[in-house]
Amino acid sequence: MLIYEGLYEGQKLKSLIKPAVTKVQLVKYAGASGDFNPLHTDVAFAKEIGMQGVIAHGMLVMGFLGEYVMKLAGDTAMPSNFRMRFGAVTIPGDQITCSAFVNNVYEEKGQRFVRLDLIAEKEPEQVVGSGQVVLQFQ
Amino acid sequence: MDLENLNGLTGSEFIFEVEKRHIRQFAEAIGDLNPLYVDEEYAAKTSYGGIIAPPTFPIAIGQDSGESLDLGLDQRRMLHGEQEFIYNRPIRPWDILYCQMKVSDVYEREGRKGPMQFLVLDTEMKDESGELVVISRTNIIYRPLRGSHSPV
Repeated sequence: MLIYEGLYEGQKLKSLIKPAVTKVQLVKYAGASGDFNPLHTDVAFAKEIGMQGVIAHGMLVMGFLGEYVMKLAGDTAMPSNFRMRFGAVTIPGDQITCSAFVNNVYEEKGQRFVRLDLIAEKEPEQVVGSGQVVLQFQ
Repeated sequence: MDLENLNGLTGSEFIFEVEKRHIRQFAEAIGDLNPLYVDEEYAAKTSYGGIIAPPTFPIAIGQDSGESLDLGLDQRRMLHGEQEFIYNRPIRPWDILYCQMKVSDVYEREGRKGPMQFLVLDTEMKDESGELVVISRTNIIYRPLRGSHSPV
């Protein structure tokens, strides 16, 4: 769990390596999120529109980063802003690694915050998502 | 098509009821077994005081309700470029959320292959007391269709 006093700019935090994405997971995510675009679940459809096969929901990858952030934050800090830009596509079999670097540690109106730069990669340098989260400490 | 006309377009308000089972289903799909989302006894002892939803849960709101804003745009040209959540407080089971979608910005940027159009779609979610819970902000890239260039 993050401790405000122990954080410094440029610090790299311990990564999270997710198990490889599976097709079943994409079906589950479609059901849970309500995003039933067949591009994520129907191989025949995906091939029809020129893909090799199904691709993961971009929001699933953001979900991985969300999991990572909440693991780091525990119940000592709460996200106030969380954003992500989508990069390369994720396909079944891809193993996503989530990493974070401390961008800024600051106080505002008597509250303590940390801003983390986030990266989700399927291979080193193959970014599937990059973003930022602002955590407010209790 | 001139996207500028869509700026400010607002959908009708819809209601979303947050279910404990839905939160669990969402967390399980991600493979996120954080007890804050599923273990009432554990969550009650934390500073949250009870179960909360994962931070990306708001994306599930308004997806299947058919309440989304009809922009009259070509789905095939819409690409989810960025996503942002602005939180005021966590979502909890039994929350009744009053939601409204709005086109909050439309702009153009010069891309490598010419001008690209962008659309920012906000879904504002408030609780029964009218207090803001979260804003889900989706940045959509409206790209030209491949092969659709007319001969000069």
